[in-house]
This record gives sequence, structure tokens and C-alpha cells, in this order.
Amino acid sequence: MVAKKLNLKDKYSLLTRDLDWDYDYADRKEAFPYEDFEGIKITDWSKWEDPFRLTMDSYWKYQAEKEKKLYAIFDAFAQNNGHLNVTDARYVNALKIFLTGVSPLEYQAYQGYAHVGRQFSGAGARIACQLQSIDELRHVQTQIHAMSHYNKFFDGLQDWTHMHDRVWYLSVTKSFFDDARSAGPFEFLIAISFSFEYVLTNLLFVPFMSGAAHNGDMATCTFGFSAQSDEARHMTLGLEIIKFLLEQHEDNVPIVQKWIDKWFWRGTRLLSIVAMMMDYMLPNKVMSWKEAWEVYFEDAGGALFKDLARYGIRMPKFVETTAKEKEHISHQTWWIFYNYGHAAAFHTWIPSEEELDWLSEKYPDTFDKYYRPRWELAREMEERGERFYTQELPQLCTTCQIPMAFTEMDDPTMISYRASDYEGEKYHFCSDGCKHIFDQEPEKFSQSWLPVNQIYQGNCGGPGVEDVLRDYYKINLGHDNMDFNGSPDEQRWNAWKGTEKDAKNKDAKDKDKDVA
Amino acid sequence: MALEIKTATLQPIRNTFANIERRFGDKPASRYQEATYDLQAETNYHYRPLWQPQHELNDKSRTQIVMADWYDLKDPRQFYYGTYVQQRARHQEAAETNYSFFEKRGLAEHLPEAVRAHLISYLIPLRHVEHTANLNNMYGCSFSYGAAISQALLYNGIDRLGNAQYLSKIGLILDGNTGDSLAAAKQEWMQNPAWQAMRALCEQMTTVEDWFEVFVAQDLVVDTLVFNLFYEQLDQKLASMGGRDVALLTEFMQVWTKDSSRWLDSVLKTVASESEDNRVLLAGWVKHWREKTLHALHPLVTAMLDDSEALSIADGLLEERLKKIGIIQ
Repeated sequence: MVAKKLNLKDKYSLLTRDLDWDYDYADRKEAFPYEDFEGIKITDWSKWEDPFRLTMDSYWKYQAEKEKKLYAIFDAFAQNNGHLNVTDARYVNALKIFLTGVSPLEYQAYQGYAHVGRQFSGAGARIACQLQSIDELRHVQTQIHAMSHYNKFFDGLQDWTHMHDRVWYLSVTKSFFDDARSAGPFEFLIAISFSFEYVLTNLLFVPFMSGAAHNGDMATCTFGFSAQSDEARHMTLGLEIIKFLLEQHEDNVPIVQKWIDKWFWRGTRLLSIVAMMMDYMLPNKVMSWKEAWEVYFEDAGGALFKDLARYGIRMPKFVETTAKEKEHISHQTWWIFYNYGHAAAFHTWIPSEEELDWLSEKYPDTFDKYYRPRWELAREMEERGERFYTQELPQLCTTCQIPMAFTEMDDPTMISYRASDYEGEKYHFCSDGCKHIFDQEPEKFSQSWLPVNQIYQGNCGGPGVEDVLRDYYKINLGHDNMDFNGSPDEQRWNAWKGTEKDAKNKDAKDKDKDVA
Repeated sequence: MALEIKTATLQPIRNTFANIERRFGDKPASRYQEATYDLQAETNYHYRPLWQPQHELNDKSRTQIVMADWYDLKDPRQFYYGTYVQQRARHQEAAETNYSFFEKRGLAEHLPEAVRAHLISYLIPLRHVEHTANLNNMYGCSFSYGAAISQALLYNGIDRLGNAQYLSKIGLILDGNTGDSLAAAKQEWMQNPAWQAMRALCEQMTTVEDWFEVFVAQDLVVDTLVFNLFYEQLDQKLASMGGRDVALLTEFMQVWTKDSSRWLDSVLKTVASESEDNRVLLAGWVKHWREKTLHALHPLVTAMLDDSEALSIADGLLEERLKKIGIIQ
């Protein structure tokens, strides 16, 4: 009798999980010690369905082909001064946020997946995580190489890794991933693979990469296309982990729900930076943040949660708040940065008349009523040579670490304040969502390294704020910070293009006394 | 005559990123440098890991080895992701050609029965050792400090999965894709007394805490001995048994060893010459794991190779390597 040939699934399983075995000579719990403390019950790792089947030989082959093409474009981009093709120099500020705020998270993702890729006792899950780990390393490194050329011609990208560890707004993104990595292995996967990669990734990745495509940024856009097939694999891992945990044991359901609630809210706060990027920083707009939220979260996410209902999973807590926030969050966030533009390593600016009209059209219920008058006032002041910067340091939300400037969503004229007491100390929050997260894990979040508190405690040099910015953050003052108008970036851009900007902006620039 | 295409030159405002400039001066940097140095967070961590509250997320104290700068452990191959996958893709292409040649010519059918049995008993179970090496290198990747050593350990860990899969494919060629030979080889791994000390060693290595000790045990001690015994001495034995064609299927691993040895020797040399404390630590770990590994390999080598000198030949190579690296005199 001829033996039966293996199907692809069984073959892949022989080439991966069958490499492992049951230990007889050492305690397997000692080799894989972190699987129990979160309370997740795994009854049978063999039920893990491989989310993708990629043996190493094919992985090397496909990825090498992608790299070859990608680097050919990077080389051509540098050789041909590709940075001159972006819509205008304001666009590059989105890249500054990306390199200082997002690329280091790719490195943390690499570290996090390497950790779970070693620590899960199920070999199938382990290997899937290892492959995501190496992909994430690819992403941080190709992003550096994509931005390397921009760094040679624009300010604010040069000290991205030093800044990520220190600068106040970058602690928003850093603490997000520190939170995920310091969690247990299953929470890490629900946080990053499911809540972020599966539910919210389209709201980070698509806006930045489409933004690049719409604004003539060939290097970043090519990176985006090249990373797409990696991202597709990562999303399948996100879906598998949630199904696997929910099917393993009913006791896992409330734990997973708690994590979904937490990470959904953490994610939306992180994305407020993307929201302002889409609405304010792209000279050529892709779509409004509100539209993106509706398409990628409300429609796509809604369908997903309908599917998960059969496991007893409901929509994340505070989802109804996000339905209101989509009208406000980008405007409030850009306003924060406009106010603190002297303390940031990228430039801010007032939207042009045309851009204000676009915002009015995209946000008919809120923009004219609450935000347009603010920008018009700011413009009047700028025209009088009174471009203002808020000098006192803001209070930060203990959980998301964003300055406490978001409003009540039912009353956009009232700043939203929440507080909790823990071990005799008071902690402040920007929202019910952030307060809820703290209250669930006060022992964790009371450790937050809050940049403003650290400055006041003298841990960031000083004595003045300017000393902190210059010496501790290594912001190149007068180059990296302040308004785009009059910045060295703008001046160089005009010199390269041999153009002057329209008269109105030029006037404003001439009058602006604050810049230098 | 060189043909020069005129391109527009714009004067850049800086040559490279500021951290690279601080390390190497104000001059254009390589892609390896920009994609390696200072990538990992160094300070101001927000929360202690729930799973290891005694440590920070990134923490130098996860090993007893002390380095003034962990980025001194650079990779002489200059592997970042792009150069790594392209290099492996070239090796992979050669392996693919070898494997399909082997299959097309039906070389498996020409192997003497004794050779097939020997492969199933000894060569194919080695995939489980490679799997252990995958775990051990991922352990180092996730607990080491600094992107230079961490990324190289990741490449090594992923390579070991690749090696394990190539060994598995040899089994699938032997059994015509039924998986029977892999099942038989796993039986050998689980039951054959000759393998049990080696299996115990593999299991124990995955419970060691200090990542650098694990790295030394696996990549230096076990690999040096195992690669000589399996890819050189066993290779010769198979040839003498009429199975020289098998070398086509293990060429990838042979090329791979050369490639990874260059990196390993350079890293260990740097660590050993950093301080006498480091060197003493390395020597202590080597002594411990060398004894254990020789002991574990003894019954296996006795069964697998006829040569009573086999183990001391391999150990001699290890001795030579330790001297070259500067761990022992």
C-alpha cells in the first residue's frame, strides 16, 4: 500500500510545531515560565491554527525580492533628490513625527514578538510570532533607510532615537508600547496583534502611506507598499490569537474583553496624533480623520465585533465616546501642538484659507462653531507679529500622557478632567477611558514616567525649559522647533524650488518676531 | 574614459543622523550603521515588566557579562534585515537547486538501506537540536541589550529554524512526502538511548537564565562540536557507506556555519577582551557546558561513528577555537 502524501497543512505542521517535543529531563514550566500568571487558560496548544504557512526558504526568497526592489527605489530617490517632489516642505513634518514617534515602536514590536516568540510553549504560535518579529525589524530598518535622505535635507529627524526616550509628546507613543511589552504574553498579543494590528492598523498605516502617496513622497510610499504583504500576515495572526484564546476556555472571555477595552482606548488616544496629521499636516489631503474613523473603525470594526459576539465579546468600552470624538480630536490635538510649537521638534502652522474651508466642509457640525474662529484669531495675531506660544508646562494625563487639553465631548468648551486617588497620591486623566485604565491597574500606571513631572523634579536638566529642550532633548532650537513660517526648512525649500510662497504667508513671515 | 552623467547636486545639511555622528564623526554613514546603532530604548522606561519586575524592559543586568558599550558587538557581516535576507536567499537558491537535483535524479532511491537507516537514526533527529538552537537564540535576541547583538541573534535564531526545516526536508525526500521518516526520527529522538543525554542537554539549556550563558552553551560549545560531528565526520562516514550524495542536502548547513562562525568569533573575541572578568566568566561557562556536552554526545557518537577518536577530534577543534577567540590560553 502506498502511504498517503501530506497535504500542505500537515506538511507545514511537520516543519514547525513537530520540531518541539514533550520534555522528560527538565521542567517545561521553567523553560516557558510566563504563560500562567495572566489567568489565561490554554487547554490544548495543538488547536492553534497556523495563520500563515511560510517556511524559511520561501520567506528568504520572497522577502529578498522585495528588499531588492525597495532599495533600488531608495537609491534612485536619493540620487534624483526625490525630496524635491513632495507637495511642499510642510509635508516632511509628518515624517518627523513618524520617525521619532512610530519607527521606535516598530523596534519595540520586534522586541515584543521576539519575547513571545521565545516564551509561548506552543511552537505554532511561537514561530508565527518569530516571523512577525523579524518583519518588525524590517519595518524599523527600512523606515530609517527611507527617511535617511530626508534627514540630510530637513531638520528635526536627526536625533530620533535620543528624542524618543525623552521628549514629552513622544512619551505618548513610547508608553503605549512599554505598556504592551511589560504586560504578559497574551495581553501583548491582544494589545498589538489584535487591537492594534487587526482593529486599528488601517488608521495608522493607511493614513501615513496614503499621505505619502498623495504628497509625492516616493520613498515612504514605496516602503508602505512593500510592507503591505507583511502587514497582511500580521493581521491574520491578530485574528487567530483572539479566536484561539476565546475557543480555548470560557474563563478567557472576560479577561480578553478587559484587554480589548483597555487597548482600544489606548489605541484611540495614540491615534490622535494620526488624526491631526491627516487633517492638518498633509498639504494634499487623503480624507478627513472623521471619514477614516468611520470607514476603518465604525464599518470594518463594527462587522468584526458582530462576528465576535458569538464568543460573548462586545464592543469595547467607551466606543460611544469615540463616535463623538471623531468630530473634535484632530482639531484639539493640532491646537495643543500649535500652542507648544516652541517645545516640539517639528513645525506647526495655521491652516491656509483653503485648508480652513476644507475643514469646514469635512466637519460641518463642529469646525465653524468651535475651531475655525480659533484659527482665525491665531492668524490675526500672527499677522500682527504676535504668534503666541504657551509658556507654562501642561499637566499630563497619567495614562495616555497627552496634555490635559481635550474637552468634554458633550461640551467642547469645557476641558475634561478626571482624577483618582492611589496610595495617598492624586492622579489626573483626560477622559473616562484613561481613568478606567488606571483604576484597573494603578500599581502599573502610577509608575508612568511623565515628562512634565520629571522636568519639575529636575530629572531632565534645566533649570529653564529652554535648557531642557536644548540639552536634554537635543532639539536644535531655532531649527527644529517653532512655526513653519520662517523656519530654515521653509527657507531652504524656497531656495531649492526658486519660488517664494504666496504673498500672505511671506508677509506673515516678515512680521513674525518670535521665530529665531 | 569614464562616462559621467550630470545630476543636480544639492548640498545636504548633514551627513547622517546625530547619534551616528556622535559615534563616528560627521561623515556619510553605512546603512548597517544607521539601521543598528542606538535603535533600542536606553532610558526612561515607563513600567516594570509584570513578568520580571526585578528588571527594566531593556536591562543590561540580564547577564553577568559587562560591556561598557553593547554596540561594540557589531556584526562583521554588516547584516541588517535587507542584507541578511538577500544573503540567505542566495544560499537558499543553491540549496533549492541541490534539493531538486537530488529529487529529479531520484538519488534517494539509490541510497543503500543502511544509509537511509543511519539518516533516520542520526541526521534527521538533529532537527530537534536545531529547534533548541532556535529557542536559545530567540532567548538571547529578546533578553540581550542593544540592537547590534540582538538583531544578529534573531538572524541566528531564524536560521536555525531554517536548518531544522532543511533537515526535515531530507526526511520528506526519503519517505516521499508521507512524513513517516520524520515520525521514525522523532521516535529515535524520544526513545533511542543514544540520544537521551543529548535530549536532556537540550531541555536543560532552555531553562538557563543568563542569556549570555545560553548563547555560549549553544552557539559556541554545542554547535562547534555538533557541526563537526554531523556535517564533517558523519558526512565522511555516509560517503564510505555509499551515501555521498547526501552532502548535496547538507551543503546549506555547511555554508551557514562558515557564515555564522565569522560573526560568533568576532563577538566573543570582543567580549573576552573587554575585561578579565568577562573572560573568566566565559571560561567558566565553557568548562561547564563543554563537559556536559561531551558527556551527552558520547553515547551518540559511539553509535553513529565507528571512530573512537571522533569526539576528541571535535573537542580538539573546540579547543583551538577557544584559544583563537581568547577565552583560554
